[in-house]
Amino acid sequence: MEILVCVKRVPDSSENEIEVNSSGTDIDRGDLVYSVNEWDNYAVEEAIQIRDNVGGCVTVASVGDEDSEEVLRREMAMGADKGILLSDEAFAGSDGKGIASILKAEIEKGKYDLIFTGAQADDGSSQVGGMLAAMLDLPYASLVNKIEVIDDKKLKIGREIEGGNQELSEIDLPCVLSIQTGINEPRYVGIRGIRKVASLEIPVKGAADLGFSPDSIGEKGAIAKRTNYFVPELGEGAEILEGSTEEIIDKLIELLKSQGGIK
Amino acid sequence: MAQQIFAYIVHNEGVADDTTLEMVAAAKKIDPDVSLTGIVVGSGDSINALCDEAAASYKEVWKIDNEALSYPNAEVIRGLLVRIIPKGSILLVPNNTFGMDLAPGLSIKLDAAYLSDAVDIEGIEDGKLNSIRQEYSGQVSTHMQCDIANGVVVSVRPGVFKADESKSAGGSVVDKTAAALEGGLPGGMRRYLEVVEAEAGDVDITKSEILVSVGRGIEDEDNIDIVNELAESMGGDVSCSRPIVDAKWLEKARQVGTSGQTVKPKVYMALGISGSFQHLGGIKGSPYMVAINKNQKAPIFQVADVGVVTDILEFIPELSEKINEVKG
Repeated sequence: MEILVCVKRVPDSSENEIEVNSSGTDIDRGDLVYSVNEWDNYAVEEAIQIRDNVGGCVTVASVGDEDSEEVLRREMAMGADKGILLSDEAFAGSDGKGIASILKAEIEKGKYDLIFTGAQADDGSSQVGGMLAAMLDLPYASLVNKIEVIDDKKLKIGREIEGGNQELSEIDLPCVLSIQTGINEPRYVGIRGIRKVASLEIPVKGAADLGFSPDSIGEKGAIAKRTNYFVPELGEGAEILEGSTEEIIDKLIELLKSQGGIK
Repeated sequence: MAQQIFAYIVHNEGVADDTTLEMVAAAKKIDPDVSLTGIVVGSGDSINALCDEAAASYKEVWKIDNEALSYPNAEVIRGLLVRIIPKGSILLVPNNTFGMDLAPGLSIKLDAAYLSDAVDIEGIEDGKLNSIRQEYSGQVSTHMQCDIANGVVVSVRPGVFKADESKSAGGSVVDKTAAALEGGLPGGMRRYLEVVEAEAGDVDITKSEILVSVGRGIEDEDNIDIVNELAESMGGDVSCSRPIVDAKWLEKARQVGTSGQTVKPKVYMALGISGSFQHLGGIKGSPYMVAINKNQKAPIFQVADVGVVTDILEFIPELSEKINEVKG
């Protein structure tokens, strides 16, 4: 099974307080900790497990700047066989459709049975997987939380739907699946693992390699654009308890009692 | 001529989803005088009643009725919609698990733009649709602007637009089955099998009056014990957010959220939970909400009644101890 997993380098929102910069044009990227998008990490783990069961090759690909190489290398340390970095100044400012177009151009240069994306990203719109499938005219399923290889022509898959239920389907290969967290337990990657893959070459492909004119892609080609960032104000917000821990606890217990929160 | 506006009506075997009237409200944000067309896909008698009901709120209701459509398979429905929705239209789709499956690919097939997970719509100006979405689990918002000359698919977050109850459209039902099925049933490469219902857990958190809910801020499986102790001192049950279930630290039946359980307690303690909309979507009935989180920017503080900005790992054991002391 030839599997391609699309991964993205994102600010880790469990490690960062995300704030808007002073001009409102972006988030404040000064001291952010970046990592691989959490959903993508589950997708890579799933790809590795399938390869280990039925054989084949796992390739990880990322659209991003040169820093995205560290994310590809991390996923190769997990067990992906190859990495490809799709990087060009002309790609900057791409919308979801732009990113999907870049990935499509690369995918058409290879021959893949299975293409994974993460179901969503913290800074994204849960859109690239579905768009990519439509552009490639391949069957698609989103929010996939179970995959069983039936044979080299089809899979049995589960999709997460409302209320914790799971929708089971059969899907023909090749196909595009967007992977939901919880489908597996991604393995730990240590420093040693990353050192092992440090010397592996990761080819970089730009707009010209993929057949794009610089005017058709990136910000120039984007139809959906962010015009600014702001911090939403939803209602009045919580009354924040202040004081020493002891004072806060006393006040909180009083409030909980009055609301029936202590039986 | 103004662009034609459509909304996809989600239903469960003929029972309209809450989003049916929310889409009407969203469409009126695009154009207050909208002549809105709803689309119902399904099978048999159950959808006839639904179409009639929807016609009170939609100027037209397009019905696609076929026995092969009794379960909503987005791969099939996308192919049907491409055949009947005119190029250049505006289509609203609820951003639930069905909409997420349908909408991005549909925008490509319609050669239209895509705006995902709109939490507000500010209307059309100079041929551009302006909307608002959230990023980083709601920590920041962005204004989105989108050229809609070739049409647009907008996925709309469930629960953010107040249902339009005016029911003043006086609309009619139009059967589009023949046009939609011309050329046969599309989407055969993904075949629906069955829905597996969620397993019941040892506690039914949907019945709990006091929920002590834990999120990513608990950091380690071993720390779950301090949450159990707090729940015990308060006489409540332990629930959690998605990352805790993904990590397999608690069972799926304890997960609160759109992909987990819908709960309606009197008191809800959110411990180390950032407050994504998927999590908040599972909390109904406006409980008294206490948020404890070390990130003061966490969106949970915007919806909670009372908050404490602190590390839960240090705070919770002290709180449990004091509650036990007070109770004697």
